[in-house]
Amino acid sequence: MSRPAANLHFLANPARFRRFVARVLPALWLVTAASLAGGLWLALVTAPVDYQQGHTVRIMFVHVPSAWLSMAGYALLAGLGASLLVWRHPLAALMARAAAPVGACFAAICLLTGSLWGKPMWGAWWVWDARLTSMLLLFFLYLGHIALTRAYDNPDRGDRAAAILALVGVVNVPVIKFSVDWWHTLHQPASVVKIGGPTIHPTILWPLLAMAAALLLLFVALVLMRTDSEIDRRRLELAERPS
Amino acid sequence: MTPKRKRLWLLLGSMGVLGAALALVLVSLSDNLVFFYSPTQVAEKSLPPDRRFRLGGLVEPGSVTKEDQGQVTRFRVTDTRRSIEVVYRGLLPDLFREGQGVVTEGSLSAGGVFLAREVLAKHDETYMPPEVAKALKDAGHWRDGAKK
Repeated sequence: MSRPAANLHFLANPARFRRFVARVLPALWLVTAASLAGGLWLALVTAPVDYQQGHTVRIMFVHVPSAWLSMAGYALLAGLGASLLVWRHPLAALMARAAAPVGACFAAICLLTGSLWGKPMWGAWWVWDARLTSMLLLFFLYLGHIALTRAYDNPDRGDRAAAILALVGVVNVPVIKFSVDWWHTLHQPASVVKIGGPTIHPTILWPLLAMAAALLLLFVALVLMRTDSEIDRRRLELAERPS
Repeated sequence: MTPKRKRLWLLLGSMGVLGAALALVLVSLSDNLVFFYSPTQVAEKSLPPDRRFRLGGLVEPGSVTKEDQGQVTRFRVTDTRRSIEVVYRGLLPDLFREGQGVVTEGSLSAGGVFLAREVLAKHDETYMPPEVAKALKDAGHWRDGAKK
């Protein structure tokens, strides 16, 4: 076994993973709750209004981190898919099952909050521009992944099929990110991650980054908790299967 | 070569082929993937009258006039190189104003005027509090960093 792969094998053992989660998760939930409270306070109370959008700018504090996390979540699914197909990690399949619905929720939140922002600002709930369409595709790719993992009587086959979908679908992630640069879209270009630095005033940028950190913690905590219960579920299924 | 190594190369190879295929598709479809055409692109394409498409750009400062008791708006959409006159009857979004980005859907009349059926405001990527915007305007640095 090559050395970089050996590093990836840390926590691959389910028993070790469970001990790790049991030790880390309570503290992680506390930190998540505190940073969500702090982030929401900054975003909804102390952040100034925007010179054009007024209070509508506050939708961005949930919309943008949800978009980032849904894209990062799909990249995670692809990484777990590769880990399952190449290294045959049993835990990778369970974590993919745990992560997909969480990522799908963030994608849905991104689409819904974007729609609520679009109506007052653009004058339309929805348009078929490249950014919005590729983001909708990401949501459907999540739904496809969730459906595939549950489509076979043998869960291992579902995990394999979903892993392939995750690896094929991950090419959509850079398309989402760069759609606003490659084609004319109604959606505005990147404001934070761009060459030349952010075009958001620091008083609005810091609450955004605080919300992104808080929602990232929430994402990690949810995925760890759900992976732990997927291990339980798989053990039950194995125990109940007629041999 | 171990089976693991073989699977890894197979995966990397497939991802490379898939990425290249997607890039080719997106490049060849790029004309259909744009949400709107700029006035320069419209002039280059010489689109026939009555063909519906979207025209996008900035509302030319000083070009907005109202007719028919304010129900009809006449303005010019510019990409700073060329501009097209637009006529629109209906409600405008709140962000619509001179110098702002706008995307309109409609078709060209025989006289070259764009008859818009829908007007959407395009928001740019800058966010700042009103006091900062005012200070920038007062200091004469407004839109220093803007592209184009």
